[in-house]
Amino acid sequence: MTRVTAAPAATDPGAAVTRGADARRVTGRRRGGKRRQRLEILLFVTPALVLMATFVIYPVFSAARMSFYRWKGFGPMVDFVGLENYLRVLADDVFTDAVMHNFVIVFASILVQLPLGLALALLLNRRIRGRGLLRTIIFVPYVLAEVIAGVVWFQLLQPRTGVLERMLSSVGIPVPEQGFLGTPDLALATVFVVLTWKYLGLAVLLFLAGLQGVPDELHEAAQLDGASWWQVQRRIAIPLIAPTIRTWIFLSMIGSLQLFDMVWILTGGGPANATTTMATYLISMGTQRSNYGIAGAASVVLFLIGFAMAVAYQFLVLRRDTRADA
Amino acid sequence: MARRATAYGRGGPFVYLVALAVVAVTLGPVLYGALGGFRTNAQLARDPAGLPDPWVLSNYANVLSNAAFWRYTLNSTAIAVVTTAVAVLAGVMAAYPLARYRFKLREPLFLVFVLGLLFPAAVAIIPLFILVTRNLELGNTWWGVALPQAAFALPVTVVILRPFLMALPKELEEAAMLDGATRVGIFWRIALPLSMPALVTVGVLAFVTSWNAYLLPLLLLQGEMRTLPLGVADFSTQYSADTAGVLAFTTIAMIPALILFLAMQRRIVSGLQGAVKG
Repeated sequence: MTRVTAAPAATDPGAAVTRGADARRVTGRRRGGKRRQRLEILLFVTPALVLMATFVIYPVFSAARMSFYRWKGFGPMVDFVGLENYLRVLADDVFTDAVMHNFVIVFASILVQLPLGLALALLLNRRIRGRGLLRTIIFVPYVLAEVIAGVVWFQLLQPRTGVLERMLSSVGIPVPEQGFLGTPDLALATVFVVLTWKYLGLAVLLFLAGLQGVPDELHEAAQLDGASWWQVQRRIAIPLIAPTIRTWIFLSMIGSLQLFDMVWILTGGGPANATTTMATYLISMGTQRSNYGIAGAASVVLFLIGFAMAVAYQFLVLRRDTRADA
Repeated sequence: MARRATAYGRGGPFVYLVALAVVAVTLGPVLYGALGGFRTNAQLARDPAGLPDPWVLSNYANVLSNAAFWRYTLNSTAIAVVTTAVAVLAGVMAAYPLARYRFKLREPLFLVFVLGLLFPAAVAIIPLFILVTRNLELGNTWWGVALPQAAFALPVTVVILRPFLMALPKELEEAAMLDGATRVGIFWRIALPLSMPALVTVGVLAFVTSWNAYLLPLLLLQGEMRTLPLGVADFSTQYSADTAGVLAFTTIAMIPALILFLAMQRRIVSGLQGAVKG
């Protein structure tokens, strides 16, 4: 089927009437058809492909190439060093810690935001007054720029002058001397709390949309059988929105691996590298120290980790969903 | 039965309590910023969580009379508009044959865009910086930021648009074809107008993403070419002692995104859901 005018699908009764006339026309135009179609496809697809090739694919390969050279950013790339940059990156405690921080965020997001988001979605799925407004409000943090949310939270978390410290100490909770962001043991957890504030709304919203797709009859039938509210949710609603949950987990994983903006604003990776992520590591290596080879190697490691996780998750978990669709 | 259904469906006091707590936690920081902008630094130091007393307008007035603020807003707007226009136009053009033509390379081509979803922008950022500033000499320009951003917005645009274009009724195209219209003409005059709702959705997503972007502008833009997020971040480090000023600046910078969001809420939400389901 390569003609310009794709014949109407056999199942399409409305189009069947016109098929005879259509076929006559097409044969008349058919000679140049195939070439013409190729030209049209090319015309349509070229801008997007040029953009992708120039600004996505080429830079990614370029990062990979960079990772095999010692290069300070000037002159031609000639100092080939093989895998030395990789060995240096993997031996660098700051980088391995950064990888660990990314994974802490990945798993903390799933362990904390998933149950919290699901619980809120289940609660808000009831017919309560002001539900529309509530949904809007919950989504507000997600729409704000990470930088803007970060700057406000940075003010809230200031040691001595910040609101949170005043509030916590007024109810008797001790506050660390250097503030939450300034204490190495607490900084990453604090960043995670802010990220949860920013991104929980997305989870709630997606889960709510999924729950709205669960037919009311199912709830009613289960109720007639004497199931409790919780039983209905656990046995019917949650399993039915499982595909949405699995996709959210996937998005959350990818996002957590790329984490940059919020960390850069809140802590800049400090204190004492307690909150560095792979992205902040490669940015500070690349732009602040001009260690482009090291930055390239860190990029490749970030890409490989993300890719491996995406493939593994697709293979182990999401495949069920796509198979069910087919 | 009716009574039981209400007992299930309606929220009791507990649900309202949770809802209230969620609203407080969600809006707390935003309100703190907005109200803090109406206070003086002395007020903030005395009682960080208090209400403005008296209300001070000078912080907001200072931001609004600050030429740099308007310059940042202009830059953010221009970059977001270019990003959106390029991403939506190139995206719908690419999605059209992927949805409406049948050819051998169709699925592999679509896979290029799907895989693009998985590329973290951070991976490519350093070479992108070198490419834009040295090879293309577009460093510190609107286009230098907008074009890469459009490229990174393409995967999600194409992935959302393709199923939408696939679902458009074939009859219209066929009728037009019988009347002698070309494929390109059909694209412009039939497919494009019919897919407006989906185009608005991907457009809003691209716009908001660009408006909020930080990493790429951080590397590529300096001085008076900076965007609002860069301006907010720099203002907050530069005038860290002036908390009230920082809060006013931040609050005003929030407003455009919030207005756009409130106006386009349905579209953003349905777009995100489409991306998740697709």
